[in-house]
Amino acid sequence: MIFKRTSGLTGFAIASALVAVAVAAPVVSLGLTAAKGSGDLWPHLLAYVLPQAVADTLLLLAGSGALVIVIGALTAWLVTAYDFPGRGLLQWALLLPLAMPTYIIAYAYLDLLHPIGPVQSALRAMLGITSPRGLILPDIRSMGGCILLFGFVLFPYVYLTTRAMFLMQMASLVEVARTLGATRFSIFYSVALPLARPAIAVGASLAMMDALNDIGAAEFLGVRTMTVSIYSTWVNRSNLPGAAQIALIMLALVIALILIERAARRRQSYAGQAQRARRLTPERLRGWRAAGAFAACAVPVLIGFILPAAYLLVEAIARLRFAGLSPAIIAQAGNSMLISAIATLVSLGLGLALAFTARSMRGASSAFILRIASLGYAIPGTVLALGLLGPMALIDDLAFNIGQFFGRNTGLFMSASGAALIYAYVARFLTISTGNIENGLQRLSPSLDHAARTLGETAGGVARRIHLPLISPALAAAALLVFVDCMKELPATLLLRPLNFETLATHLYGEAARGTYEDGALAALAIVFFGLLPIILLGRYGQKSAALAATGAIGAETELSSASAKAAAHG
Amino acid sequence: MALSRLTFFVSALALLSFGGVASAQEINLYTLREPGLVKPLVDAFTAKTGVKVNTIFMNDGLAERVVSEGARSPADVLMTADIAKLVEITEKGISQPVKSPTLDAAVPAPLRDANGLWFALSLRGRLIYVSKDRVQQTAMTYEELADPKWKGKICIRAGQHPYNIATISAYIAHHGEAAAETWLKGVKANLGRKATGGDREGARDILGGLCDVAVGNSYYVGLMRSGAGGPEQKKWGDAINVILPTFANGGTQVNASGAAVAKYAPNRENAVKFLEFLVSDEGQKIYTQDNYEYPIKAGAPISPIIAALGELKPDSLPLSEIARHRKAASLLVDKTGFDN
Repeated sequence: MIFKRTSGLTGFAIASALVAVAVAAPVVSLGLTAAKGSGDLWPHLLAYVLPQAVADTLLLLAGSGALVIVIGALTAWLVTAYDFPGRGLLQWALLLPLAMPTYIIAYAYLDLLHPIGPVQSALRAMLGITSPRGLILPDIRSMGGCILLFGFVLFPYVYLTTRAMFLMQMASLVEVARTLGATRFSIFYSVALPLARPAIAVGASLAMMDALNDIGAAEFLGVRTMTVSIYSTWVNRSNLPGAAQIALIMLALVIALILIERAARRRQSYAGQAQRARRLTPERLRGWRAAGAFAACAVPVLIGFILPAAYLLVEAIARLRFAGLSPAIIAQAGNSMLISAIATLVSLGLGLALAFTARSMRGASSAFILRIASLGYAIPGTVLALGLLGPMALIDDLAFNIGQFFGRNTGLFMSASGAALIYAYVARFLTISTGNIENGLQRLSPSLDHAARTLGETAGGVARRIHLPLISPALAAAALLVFVDCMKELPATLLLRPLNFETLATHLYGEAARGTYEDGALAALAIVFFGLLPIILLGRYGQKSAALAATGAIGAETELSSASAKAAAHG
Repeated sequence: MALSRLTFFVSALALLSFGGVASAQEINLYTLREPGLVKPLVDAFTAKTGVKVNTIFMNDGLAERVVSEGARSPADVLMTADIAKLVEITEKGISQPVKSPTLDAAVPAPLRDANGLWFALSLRGRLIYVSKDRVQQTAMTYEELADPKWKGKICIRAGQHPYNIATISAYIAHHGEAAAETWLKGVKANLGRKATGGDREGARDILGGLCDVAVGNSYYVGLMRSGAGGPEQKKWGDAINVILPTFANGGTQVNASGAAVAKYAPNRENAVKFLEFLVSDEGQKIYTQDNYEYPIKAGAPISPIIAALGELKPDSLPLSEIARHRKAASLLVDKTGFDN
């Protein structure tokens, strides 16, 4: 069936193309920098840097990727398919580690696990050893330590996306499997996991890109990834073109990995079935099984959130006694929340436009636009920020010339207004919102669109009146992830913010740079605390909305499929 | 929908905007030094002159940002934490020559650019911390860090960190690249843990028994021992003895923080006034007493904690020489796998 292209669709398409241009601009700008040539950099890199950096990078990605998938998918399945004591609380507590920036957790765990920290001191006291040299344990400052920390902080990306998938889609299949006598393990392994694969892929790729682009935590723990090499090429050798070249090669690797994953599941169709979508009835667990499920969900929360947060709390209280509460931190919290909230709204709006365009047009070009829009996340924050300097100078020039025309001096509009930060956050995190929204839309059967369009609805109307209400859980998840990531974002914020503008993250970095950790603890705690608010909201909202959306979907789908059946009969 | 929302928020944000338009009684400071240190300097300057200072603290990319801002850049003063960045600013052509009798009188000639394109503002030594309990030695050379007797006993931050890059550059300037490579390999073989963390972690790891010898900047000793970093850090600082090491054929390696006046500074006059304040007795006192650095101005008082470490005999190598070997030093760190 061929639909007439309506103005709504063209509007979406134009908006999407503009977004793609804006998001691709820093990459293009990096490409121009890279093209300036890096002198004799590559023989050196190939001989001394890349063999180790690539191996370390791959090891870190594989290790933390495997860990986030295991923890995220397992906990998502346990809280969806089973009922056990503490489940209600754990269901949203499993999101908490999201609020914990990796650079904070690295500092916190070094303090906790250091030979003179509380854990080893207590251990020595128990064993009656007096000198720290009497008991030498593995150092957290190692590849293993880094993988563990990333795994336990980043798994909620997988948990969040996978749980949404389990909630929406699994009921009938799982019940059939149960009726046919499948074991609990085989239901999880052979039914749930394969179905959840797109969701796991989205979550895991977000987590792995976070791990890849991290500079603070990995560097602090002594892991030399390619990102760290980019950094030393730029900072110590003043070779920005060389740094841009490494960054672009890394970007190419990331794109290749994403394409391989997509190709691997291309033949499998996940699009929503037109039959009834119900929530899965959880099976009640008792005895050791219930205890095991509880422990499996509680341990990641403990390691990824409760221990480091408790540590920060103790440090922050010590600091408050010592120095009192600085009023500046309130202003910084306000700045962080304001700028994160704006960036989140913009990302959601643009993400919706992109995902709707891709769904309505279903062409290669729209898919391409969608992919372009996710480039920003695959580039380390500092490098992306450097790439943004060029495009922003262009916008500033434009604004200046327009201002001159009206007889006003705009100065540097982008960097002076904070618009630069919004641009950077959106360029960096847009893929989180498009990914989640696209994923949510994929679960809606195309027959919904066809029926609505047959009944004379415009593309925009389909998006507004049918898709939007149905994907509200995916939207909420996207909003949460983007907001929390903006709150935690450091490198672009440091480089691009206006004068006299501090956020919690930049304040924390300033303290950490000077090594006054106690001052930093308060800001770190504030980042975690304000990051928590939306998580708790989502936790509460998510439960209701998932149920609502599920029933809503039933209503809408049955109504529409009978309508389309009628239309077909009459046609 | 999305775009109109964007426009709305961006304009709302513009109303909240901060920097930008120049007024006669303010300056805009771009700094790579930590806000905790810059604040007392800025507050004292404002209290004295009534000139408001708008600041932005960055970690890297300051030069790139100023370059891209071009002729409309609001930056008046560019401040860096080490000499390499200071020279880089000059090389990128984003500072302007300043001729000030006050600055020329206060800052010794080797610590400033001949044309006034940059000025050092404070100094620090790259020192050696040793375990109070386990090391008896009271003097040491940098060369000795490669001595196999320290095998498994040395802690140091990443080789690619600018502080170590400066030390390695100085080593290259003294002994040449080949000798520096052998030396780095020797130090690498002596490491007690990965080369990472900050200088203070060295003192902490000495207390924790991971190593006996650590390399660290002089002012960290003051920050730890004064209790400014809290009671934990005081314990770290008290677990070490501090040695002012020298090159076998020279003195203690020093690095400098400094500043320059931006090329397109909209408030040039006050920017120069700010630099003059930083090298005044009052400004230098904040550097030495609040941050435990060495003054650049002869005769300015040193913090008692730092004075107790012994007399600093700075290496005679010009600072610009250190900046010159920076790239070679960074390549050597890769080549020897120092950070792996």
